[in-house]
Amino acid sequence: MEISPIFFYLFSGLAIFCSLMVVFKKNPVTSAFNLVLVFFAFASIYALMGAHFVAALQVLVYAGAIMVLFVFVIMLLKADEPVFDLRENNKFFVMSVALTLLGIAGYFITTFKEASYQEIGPYSISAIEQNGGNTRVLAETLFSQYILPFELTSILLLGAIVAVVAIAMRKKNLKSNTNVGGKA
Amino acid sequence: MYVEPWLVLSFSAIIFLIGLFGLVVRRNILVILMCIELMLNAVNLTFVTYSTILQDLTGQMAVFFIITVAAAESAVGLGLVIALFRTLRSVDTKNISLLRE
Repeated sequence: MEISPIFFYLFSGLAIFCSLMVVFKKNPVTSAFNLVLVFFAFASIYALMGAHFVAALQVLVYAGAIMVLFVFVIMLLKADEPVFDLRENNKFFVMSVALTLLGIAGYFITTFKEASYQEIGPYSISAIEQNGGNTRVLAETLFSQYILPFELTSILLLGAIVAVVAIAMRKKNLKSNTNVGGKA
Repeated sequence: MYVEPWLVLSFSAIIFLIGLFGLVVRRNILVILMCIELMLNAVNLTFVTYSTILQDLTGQMAVFFIITVAAAESAVGLGLVIALFRTLRSVDTKNISLLRE
């Protein structure tokens, strides 16, 4: 692929380091802020590969909306005291999971290395440039070929809003929840 | 100025497996949700990479829909975390044993 190797290695190294920090840090707030860095590194890699619309969506939706939601929930629950649950696990279990996943990673990497990649589609970089750029071509595809899934997405979001309000609403008249609002 | 496609695909596979490791090993439910987001991001990167390699925009359309579903998923998941915390006063998955005697 025609992308700059320096920036790819920089951002992929940053993403791998920060995602390890997400898994291995005690404090959920630290994990959340490392996750923001991972999202920005991913957005940079999308932009390097020419997927400008996806990069913008990544910053807006992931680094913007989803992370704000995470940080708000962490603050709401007062769950930010550092508890390192990783150490309480069985050491043998953790090591065996890590070794299995390393084996799977080796399998993936050899498979990807041996596969052959050929460019078959009509949307080469020059063709996209000629048709008005990544965002325009993507929008024309979205509103012609994928119009039905796009409309169904709105129903999904509406359902999610109703479900979240129904799940997270306080039920004050129920006896089991009389402690709501009291100190933990 | 050329990066081999298998490097990018291996990078996203590594991020996916780091997320899977955290999902299996950690017990804080907020960190588990963050690991799910990591895995979804790795899948998105694989889609965009194949879309670039094969010069086909279908991969980027799939990423558009995955991001929408991920936003809905994390909203519902965090709502469930709030409901769970209200019942159990804890975010540790070890304490979810309501069906046990």
